[in-house]
Amino acid sequence: MIGAGHAGLAVSRFLGGAGIDHLVLERGEVGNSWRRERWDSLRLLTPNWLTRLPDHPYQGPDPDGYLSAHEVADFIGGFAAASRAPVRTGTEVTSVRAAAADGQGHGHGHDGYLVRTDQGEIRARCVVIASGACNVPVVPGFKDALPDSIRELTPFDYTGPAALPEGGVLVVGGSATGVQLAAELRRSGRPVVLSTGEHVRLPRTYRGRDVLWWMQASGVWDQRHDEVDDLERARALPSPQLVGTPERSTLDLNALIELGVEPVGRWAAVRDGRALFSGGLRNVCSLADLKMERLLDTFDEWARKYADDDLTDEPQRFAPTRVPASARLQLDLRGGEIQTVVWATGFRPDYRWLDVPVLDAKGRLRHVGGVVTDSPGLYAVGLPVLRRRKSTFIHGAEDDAREVVEHLTGYLAGRH
Amino acid sequence: MTTVTNGVNVQALLDAREVLKGAPEAAQFTWRASSTWRDGVHSTTTVRDFFGLGEERSHKTESVFEADHPEVFAAEDNGITPIEYLLVGLASCLTAGVASVAQNRGIQLRSVQSTVQGRHDIRGILGADSDVRNGFNDIKVTFTIDADASPQEIEALVAQSQKRSAVFDALTNPTDVTVEVA
Repeated sequence: MIGAGHAGLAVSRFLGGAGIDHLVLERGEVGNSWRRERWDSLRLLTPNWLTRLPDHPYQGPDPDGYLSAHEVADFIGGFAAASRAPVRTGTEVTSVRAAAADGQGHGHGHDGYLVRTDQGEIRARCVVIASGACNVPVVPGFKDALPDSIRELTPFDYTGPAALPEGGVLVVGGSATGVQLAAELRRSGRPVVLSTGEHVRLPRTYRGRDVLWWMQASGVWDQRHDEVDDLERARALPSPQLVGTPERSTLDLNALIELGVEPVGRWAAVRDGRALFSGGLRNVCSLADLKMERLLDTFDEWARKYADDDLTDEPQRFAPTRVPASARLQLDLRGGEIQTVVWATGFRPDYRWLDVPVLDAKGRLRHVGGVVTDSPGLYAVGLPVLRRRKSTFIHGAEDDAREVVEHLTGYLAGRH
Repeated sequence: MTTVTNGVNVQALLDAREVLKGAPEAAQFTWRASSTWRDGVHSTTTVRDFFGLGEERSHKTESVFEADHPEVFAAEDNGITPIEYLLVGLASCLTAGVASVAQNRGIQLRSVQSTVQGRHDIRGILGADSDVRNGFNDIKVTFTIDADASPQEIEALVAQSQKRSAVFDALTNPTDVTVEVA
C-alpha cells in the first residue's frame, strides 16, 4: 500500500481481514495531507453521520456537523489504530517498478514489484496506489504571463486571509475550493473577483435534509463506474459548490454575489498584463442551474417512490444564478485592483515515482475500477469515480476497497 | 426509444469521437478562406479547400461571399458587413448544435428559428472614442424551438449547443491571431 490516507487504510483493513500480509508506506504521518496540505478553515463536505470507514463510524456528539481537516486526520488516525494497520510512517516511496521475472519472462513478464523508498527496498507481489488524487495543484500555463507585482497562491500555500496582502483578490475556479476561499476572503473585507468556468451547483440542504443525504439515499452516489454515461467526464467533474458550516448554508454563486463577490467568466488568457475572461459565463451558469434542477428532479422522483412518510418537506426550486448583466471580460492586473491571485484550478495526482508505463497521454492512470489491467498486480484506490460516484468521499472508500481487495485476493490466488 | 429524424448522423459523429480520441493528429483541421479586394471597402471571399483527417479536402462547391458596407457608411452595399458574417457563423453553428444534441438525446425537432443581434458602437472603428472597443458590445441570440420536449429539455439543448459550439467559443474566448504580409 502506498499512502496511509483513508483509502489506503480501508484497503489495509480488508487485506488484514483476508489474512494478506502487507505494509502501508506513508511519506509523512497518517492522514498527512489533511494535516499539512489543507487550509485552516477547511471542513469536510460530508456531514459527520456520513463520515465513516469500515467498522469505524463517527461517534462524536454532532452527527450533523462537518469535521475540520485536523479532525479528519484524527479520525483517520483513530481508524489506523483500531485496525492495527501495519503503517510505516516517514517512508517516502521514490520508485515502483516491475521486478524482472526469473528466466525469460513472457506473458506479463514480471514477478511482482520492486518498491524503492528512502528507507530501503521492498519486494511486493502487489502494489496498491493510495497516494491520493490531489497531490499537486494544477495551474494554467498562462500564469507565467502574470505581472511580477501579483502575489500568487495555490490552496497548498493558502492558510487563511491573514496570509494575504491587503487589497483585491482574484480567485480562479468555481469548485468547492474556489467558492470557499472566495467567501472567506470576501468576509475578510477584501474585494474578490471569482473567475469560473463550468461548475457544479448544489444547495446545502434540500427539503430539510443535507443534500448529500439525498445523494446517498437516492442511490446517485452508488452509480457504478461501468454505469456512468461518460466516465471520463464524470471523473473530471469539479467538486460541488458546498461548504460544511454549522449554519448549513448554501455557497453557490448567488450566495457569493450576495456577499459582494464579483463573478467573471473562465480565465482564458493574459494579454498585455490584462486577464481576459470568457464571455460564456451566462451559459456555464445555465448549465449548472439546469443540471442542479435535473438532480433535484431525480431526488423528488426517488422520494415519491421510496421515501419514508417522515419526509414531509415539499420539493423546492431555487432561483437561477443571478449572472451580472455584463460581467467584466478583462481586468488590468497592473492597475493595483488585484494584489493576489488564488489558483483554485484543481489538483492532480503525483506519479513521478511510478516507473511502470500505465499512464495515458495526459498523465492519468489507466485503470478499470482501480484494477490497472496493463500491469497485473497493480491497483489504485481513492481516485474520482474509481468504482462509484462516491469514490473520493471518506465513506466512499469502503465499497471500493472491499472490491479492489476481492480482485487482488483473486489475483494472488492465480484466478486472474 | 422512438426513431427521431432530425437528419443528423449522430452515430457517425460518435464513432468519429471514439476514433479521434486515439488519433489526435487526425483531428487537426485547417479551415481556409481567400479574399480579394474589389473596390472601396468591397471584397470577395471564397471558401473551398480545407485540410482534415490527414489530407487536403474540398467542399462540393466553392462558396463566394461578398462583403461591403451599407450606404449609410457611404459605401455601395455589395454585400453584408464583415462583422455580420460573425452573426451568420454564430447562428448557424448554434443551430447545428441544437439539431445534433436533439438527435443524440432522442428529441424530435419540428422547427428551430433564431435571431441574432449584435450591438455595436461604431465610435470604436471610427476612432471617435478610444474607450469604445471595435467589436460588438454584446451579442444576443434568441431561439424559438418547436420540439417534442419539455421547456427544460429545450433549455438544456440550447445550453449544450453553446458548450460544444466552435463559433461560440471563438467569440467568447480570446484567440491568438497573426496577420502578416506575404
